Amino acid sequence: MEQLYGYFLYSLSLLTFGGIYAILCLGLNIQWGFTGLFNAGVAGFFAIGAYVSAILTAPESPRHLGGYDLPIPVGVFIAMVVCVPVAWAIGRVCIRLRSDYLAIATLGIAEIIRLVFKNELWATNGARGVSFVPKPFEAWDSPWDQIAMALVVLVIVALLYIAIELARTSPWGRLMAAIREDEPAALAAGKNVERFRLEAFVIGAVVMALGGAMMAHYIKFVDPKMAEPLKATFLVWVMLIAGGSGNNKGAILGAMLLWFIWSITETIAPIIIPDSFAHVVYPFHLVASWFLPEAWMATPIAPDPVTGLDSWDSKAPFLRVFLIGLALQIVLQKFSSGILPEQRLQSLADTDDASARAARSSPS
Amino acid sequence: MLRLEDLTKNFGGVLAVDGCNLEIEEGKITGLIGPNGAGKTTIFNMIAGALRPTSGKILYTSRGEDGKESTVDISGLPTHEMFHRGIVRTFQIPHEFGALTVLENLMVVPAEQHGESLYQSWFHRKKVIDREREVRRMAEDALEFLSLTHVRDELAQNLSGGQKKLLELGRTMMTDAKLVLLDEPGAGVNPTLLRKLADMIRRLNKERGYTFCIIEHDMDMIASLCDPVIVLAEGKVLTQGHMKDVRRDERVLDAYLGGGEEEAA
Repeated sequence: MEQLYGYFLYSLSLLTFGGIYAILCLGLNIQWGFTGLFNAGVAGFFAIGAYVSAILTAPESPRHLGGYDLPIPVGVFIAMVVCVPVAWAIGRVCIRLRSDYLAIATLGIAEIIRLVFKNELWATNGARGVSFVPKPFEAWDSPWDQIAMALVVLVIVALLYIAIELARTSPWGRLMAAIREDEPAALAAGKNVERFRLEAFVIGAVVMALGGAMMAHYIKFVDPKMAEPLKATFLVWVMLIAGGSGNNKGAILGAMLLWFIWSITETIAPIIIPDSFAHVVYPFHLVASWFLPEAWMATPIAPDPVTGLDSWDSKAPFLRVFLIGLALQIVLQKFSSGILPEQRLQSLADTDDASARAARSSPS
Repeated sequence: MLRLEDLTKNFGGVLAVDGCNLEIEEGKITGLIGPNGAGKTTIFNMIAGALRPTSGKILYTSRGEDGKESTVDISGLPTHEMFHRGIVRTFQIPHEFGALTVLENLMVVPAEQHGESLYQSWFHRKKVIDREREVRRMAEDALEFLSLTHVRDELAQNLSGGQKKLLELGRTMMTDAKLVLLDEPGAGVNPTLLRKLADMIRRLNKERGYTFCIIEHDMDMIASLCDPVIVLAEGKVLTQGHMKDVRRDERVLDAYLGGGEEEAA
């Protein structure tokens, strides 16, 4: 029973984290999936959302800016609002860059944002981060607090899904796809391409900030490591590509699925690989530790030749990256445009026709 | 309708268009011919706003709401501004929206689509849908005209080369165009389709009153369709007139055979 309860709590955390990543994926889908903007700086907007909301809602502390004690929804809302001018300014400068150049620029800008948060000690407490970020329903008894949190995240995902899907199926979505497919033709069709690219960039960034803010309130803590590109940018990209870019359901599915793989590897790593295998893995682990951020690699201790091993916890992060890469490979080999590829629908006029037909036929 | 005055375009050291003066008259189908590198497409790009002229003027005369004519210099305006003034262009190499259906390719074009605003598409659904039906009807009419109705729901990337050319022409029908610039509509199109294409252009000219300016290398098509014909060479107008006369002009022959270089040498 005790164990079952543990599984239940674990699946709630899977849903919540998966849901938060789904928010990030939906944001990236607006930028990349619809409009073709190669934003490699998801982590930057994620960090802005997380930090702004955390600082606005956390209790007063001598270590960082704060003491505003605002309610959580207000903090989240302001975090999104703050992201608008920032994304607009970044977009204004970068949006004309073609795909790969935009990627390089945004990747760099996200790193700058992260380093600002890391170094502005007076505001952010530097590398030690902002703690005691309030979590919604904290006062409730377990598991109700967890259930409520998961529900809030899932409701946000659902609302976002509806809003973005309405936009996608309207002429707005069609125009964004046209810009992605052929910019000169979109220009020749009289569209102010730059303005619309900028719009998609800013809206996507605001959604990412929402994801960042939810993450801060869920784990009750923010530090610069959260905004490292591997976890806050590339994982989101893998999720979107595996799920199906251009498809909102695919974005959500990809986020849930990949988060599940990401999270479960921590638990199953010791199970699926026998301990003695650690000796084989160790050199790879060592090499990986040169490239991956420290946070991902617990101290790479050589396995003790007599007693066996250091903990498998230290190997799990390495296995994770491998499994995520493997998952992406399998998905892309099997489904070249993701599990749920983009779907072109006719037009809003069709849906209306159907309802109009129904309305006509019902009285008779 | 459109007059170029000393229009010049410099790409680094290359003088693509060199003080070009020409006039496109309202209601006519003007042909623009000349050897490769004469600056034809560059002129189109400047008229359509894709390139900014180095110097010179593009004077555009249009009739306003009140029926009064006004002439303004439109050189250097962005492409979407040109579009809203009724100047529409097609591309030499078809530019279709590959992952959109053929119908959608046309539905993208019209201006004043409320649904292009997020706010409207969230909160004024009814209005968006009404306009969407208008736009679709317009697109279906255009497909009918182009005999592309059978590929209506096909993705544009799956069309044949000729069909893509037709789709290019179709885009110009989705707006209240005044001046339509066609860049080699006949390139790579088989003779049967070419005749059909020429018919369509003639019909659009008559029925909708579009003024056309056509770049084309197929001299039979130009001869049957265009009057007057303007011959460009080395970024300047060499001569212009009816195709009969242009054909007899020795300078034109020289330009096509590279006589210009001899002169320079």
